[in-house]
Amino acid sequence: MNDPWIWIEAIMTLAILSYLYKDNPIYKAAEYLFVGVASGFYLSTYFQNVLVPNLFVPVWRGTSALFGPGTPAVTDLVRVTSLVLAIFMFMRFSPRGAWLSRWPLGALVGAYAGLAVIGLAQGDLIPQIDSNLLPLVAPGAWKTLAGAQGVAQGMAAFLGLFSNIVLIVGLLATLVYFFFSLEHRGFAGKTAKLGIYFLMISFGASYGFTVMARISLALDRLRFLFEDWLGIHISG
Amino acid sequence: MSLTQRIEALDRRWIFLLMLFSMSFPLIVHIRLPVRTSPEARGFYESIEALHAGDVVYLASDYDPGGKAELEPMLLAVLDHLFRKDVKIVGATLWPAGSPLLERAYKTVAPKYNKTYGVDYVHLGFKEGKENVMVQLGKSIREVFPVDYYGTKLDSLPLMHSGFNGNPIDKLGDTKLLVNISIGYPGTKEWVQQVRGRFQMKMISGCAAVSAPEYFPYVQSGQLSGLLGGLAGAAEYEQLIGRPGWGVTGMAAQSLSHVTIVLLILVGNFVYFWNRRKGAARS
Repeated sequence: MNDPWIWIEAIMTLAILSYLYKDNPIYKAAEYLFVGVASGFYLSTYFQNVLVPNLFVPVWRGTSALFGPGTPAVTDLVRVTSLVLAIFMFMRFSPRGAWLSRWPLGALVGAYAGLAVIGLAQGDLIPQIDSNLLPLVAPGAWKTLAGAQGVAQGMAAFLGLFSNIVLIVGLLATLVYFFFSLEHRGFAGKTAKLGIYFLMISFGASYGFTVMARISLALDRLRFLFEDWLGIHISG
Repeated sequence: MSLTQRIEALDRRWIFLLMLFSMSFPLIVHIRLPVRTSPEARGFYESIEALHAGDVVYLASDYDPGGKAELEPMLLAVLDHLFRKDVKIVGATLWPAGSPLLERAYKTVAPKYNKTYGVDYVHLGFKEGKENVMVQLGKSIREVFPVDYYGTKLDSLPLMHSGFNGNPIDKLGDTKLLVNISIGYPGTKEWVQQVRGRFQMKMISGCAAVSAPEYFPYVQSGQLSGLLGGLAGAAEYEQLIGRPGWGVTGMAAQSLSHVTIVLLILVGNFVYFWNRRKGAARS
């Protein structure tokens, strides 16, 4: 409690929370301070961790060796290309040279598109299709039901019989909802409607988790104010 | 003005006050609720429990102060569990502001088990590059991180030579498990997409509650061996390792505030429809 940083953190927390009462200059000051500090922190971090080791040092080393004694390393000289591409990116501000900014953008988009395609195919698409090719009743589900003891276990085992069916029906119905080449009328319409219900349930689950996340943030601030600032023990 | 009309016109600050009360009350009076563990949390626990003393794990601590509330209790519990089992940790982050948080977590837990830096755990620091870095780590950790967080060369750290049969640890495949604590991008999704399948890594994840629904299919498909979602996930895990912490403490407050929100939604909807029906009847 005697730590001045705890006091600064507490004052900033209360200043931000004061917005809940109404917008006020204290909140604004804390908000601007946060934005400024965060920008400065990120700028210095990126400068120290990205620009200096990956660009400035190799380029300086490469060019020094090129124009002085010693043999420049190819890996260092390649970084000059990065510097040129970075300068091209800033040409966006020049009406005559703006087209040059398309080159680094093209390189970036190309590299990340390549990574994303491979990642999505081998990490998402194929394993997810594979994991959804299921038997209607999970192997061993009948055995689990037969061996269940008590009402709760029995109910869980009974519902377990239908889990794959629900998954398969939900998957197909949701896919039909997103299949726009077919008019959503008749059987297709009813299936699409069922798909909407499945989507709504999943959105509801996501909303529930989002509420939990936001409450967790508020709880952490309360924990800090009670324990670290006021010294009221609540954890453990 | 009827009661329902007054409720409909209620100043929202009363609701904030009610929420503050529902969150603070269980904390102040020390209410504890039983925490039931999910199969996903048990999978997370069992993946670490299956490790042996001396095994090395790669800890990707991908969060910044915005995710501290949910993920720090998780990270502390994971470190506690790993150190308790004498498992060695190679930790790093792909989030610019993540390094100080990993550093703080190490310094909180390591002294409790007398763990030595460089021998029992390593902090590689932050590296920009997102998916590129993940793929590169699968090929060579030293190329991505020639030095650790403190600027020490990796080769001078004993832990980096304690791989299988005394071989150096130079790629993700040299570690037994990929533990990811993640708040967003880059995080669990990218590790699964870029690393899990490509380098055949066993992987577990602790993520923010917002992301959890997106990652449950990865558990179902077996791509993730376990998953902890938000503070509730942290509470379940704390329960499993027998070390109740902030996750378990926060669950009572979390539950009471959820009940309050549900009641507010129900009351709000009832009042809205009631007033609309009354209004229609009058007109």
